[in-house]
Amino acid sequence: MIPRAREPFRFFVRTSLTLVTGIRARTVRELAGRLKEAPDSCVYQHTHRFLQEHQYLVPEPPNDFAYWATEMLQDEALGERLASVDTVRFRSLGELRAALLGVLEDHVLRNGEGRPAPPGKEFHFMRAVRFSVPTREVAHDLAEFGDCLRRVGLSSLYLHVFEARLRLPSVEANDFAVWFERELGEAELARRVGRLDPYAHTLQGLRARLLAMVRSRLKDLGHAPA
Amino acid sequence: MPRLEEYAPIVGADTLEELSLVADRVKGRSVLHVNSTAVGGGVAEILHRMVPLFRELGLDAHWEVIRGGEDFYAVTKKFHNALHGQPAEFTARDFQVYGETTAENLARLALDAEVVFIHDPQPAALVEKRGANRWVWRCHIDLSQPDERAWAFLRPYVERYDACIVSAPGFAQELPIRQVLIAPSIDPLSEKNRELSPDEVRGVLARLGIPTDKPLVTQVSRFDRLKDPLGVIEAFQRAKPYVDARLLLVGGSADDDPEGAQVLAEVRDRASGEPDILVHELPPTSHLEINAIQRASTVVLQKSLREGFGLTVAEALWKGKPVIAGAVGGIPLLIAHKHSGILVHSVEGAGYWMRRLLSEPEFATRLGANGREHVRQNFLLTRHLRDYLLLILSLDHPGEDFVPLR
Repeated sequence: MIPRAREPFRFFVRTSLTLVTGIRARTVRELAGRLKEAPDSCVYQHTHRFLQEHQYLVPEPPNDFAYWATEMLQDEALGERLASVDTVRFRSLGELRAALLGVLEDHVLRNGEGRPAPPGKEFHFMRAVRFSVPTREVAHDLAEFGDCLRRVGLSSLYLHVFEARLRLPSVEANDFAVWFERELGEAELARRVGRLDPYAHTLQGLRARLLAMVRSRLKDLGHAPA
Repeated sequence: MPRLEEYAPIVGADTLEELSLVADRVKGRSVLHVNSTAVGGGVAEILHRMVPLFRELGLDAHWEVIRGGEDFYAVTKKFHNALHGQPAEFTARDFQVYGETTAENLARLALDAEVVFIHDPQPAALVEKRGANRWVWRCHIDLSQPDERAWAFLRPYVERYDACIVSAPGFAQELPIRQVLIAPSIDPLSEKNRELSPDEVRGVLARLGIPTDKPLVTQVSRFDRLKDPLGVIEAFQRAKPYVDARLLLVGGSADDDPEGAQVLAEVRDRASGEPDILVHELPPTSHLEINAIQRASTVVLQKSLREGFGLTVAEALWKGKPVIAGAVGGIPLLIAHKHSGILVHSVEGAGYWMRRLLSEPEFATRLGANGREHVRQNFLLTRHLRDYLLLILSLDHPGEDFVPLR
């Protein structure tokens, strides 16, 4: 008999619509100035949304700002520093914005305005309207959880594993880990799932890793697969 | 016409499930698309595919086409070119013709669907009689540098919509309404993009007389200066001393386009005496042939100087080809440089990357594989449908950036 949750886990999908703002930046200074005033939905679009859109690429470009600095401004040093800002380690979009701004402002301080992007290569600020939609996938125990996890879309994984960090109190947590611990009493599994590194896996790879963890735990519990 | 379930092997059952979850939220709504032509052109092509799929998803979707005389279409063609940035002279009569045709269509069309999508400038003024229903203007044009007079005429109409849709971020204008980015898409089940067997590909190339004994570097596009075919030849000539390949320029027939005929003549002239440069004219219905040619190519080029979007790049990427393309229009959305393809800004750059990709097949293969995945996730018809559904849903939540649904 495996533990059964009082509150089942319902999987949601994350999907978003992109809005264009007409706001653009040609230099690093302009980029910093615009980013400072931009709404959080702009920060989300150019970091989290960018990651989801490009996570199928190998190697994966880390965020829109780093990509623009490297490829459009041809400033590889700035690109590297922006790439090192780890989108999914921040607990709020405000903190993520501050980290990006720190790099940009430091760069301006050391190097001045810098050269502008060629015409047509400006940075275009966009915003995301985010929707979270409940799916039909609901799990009451670890076995059901594994079945659901096999079927849900990758946007669900992103939402529950990485974007969850914007909502949860600990950076080393995600929706799955919280549910495992709170509802199933699976503290060790929760700890391992909470420490998954997004950059070590594509989302498909992450799904396989999670499934392997769940299967292994079910085996320890003596649960025979249906 | 394919049904949604036929896309499952390509996009995954989870993508279709997500589409259905979003569609459930707007199920039963009446949606009307209005454009200016029932056949020919990209807008009609996409509506032919989309409207039945919207219905399959449970929306009450319809499509109407406005009517107009030759004088109306002459005026709107002038608008179209001017909004694309070409200078134009407008007369008072032009605006009068536009207004009269709009009035005739307003009298004829029922525009009371819950959501009305108006495509492009030709029917844009229908909004003047809008009611409390939602109106969205779908702009398929590169509006980055519009002729001022044309835009000044159109803008007051656009401002009366609830939202407008553009295809690339650079096409946005300063407007008081929401501007949504919805890139166009390709249909993986269409004749131009469906899977072909190696035998089918070989058969088509043999029929067209295209030799395959050397790697093919191909550009498929109209013989138009904005596609820079002469620049493509020069880039190939720069790469040629280092690689043994053949350049293939394939374009539509230029019979009805005096400038196209002139460009084609220049291309033929520049290619004469060069056995490794082939120039092929194909009729506009040659979807299977284009499909086979793209699949037979080692590298695909789209060295455009200007683009409405650049869907031929998406077609080539979908076939897993490494693509070298001009960084214009929507192409930078399709290609992340050195990740899912190569963006170039010059003839020299195109020549350099041709050499690199032909000499480094592993890198070229990785670009092609990445490009195919990028298109699978972001530029297929199913994503296009989802974006339209989300837009309809977002009209219920104006001003909100986060919409949690229970």
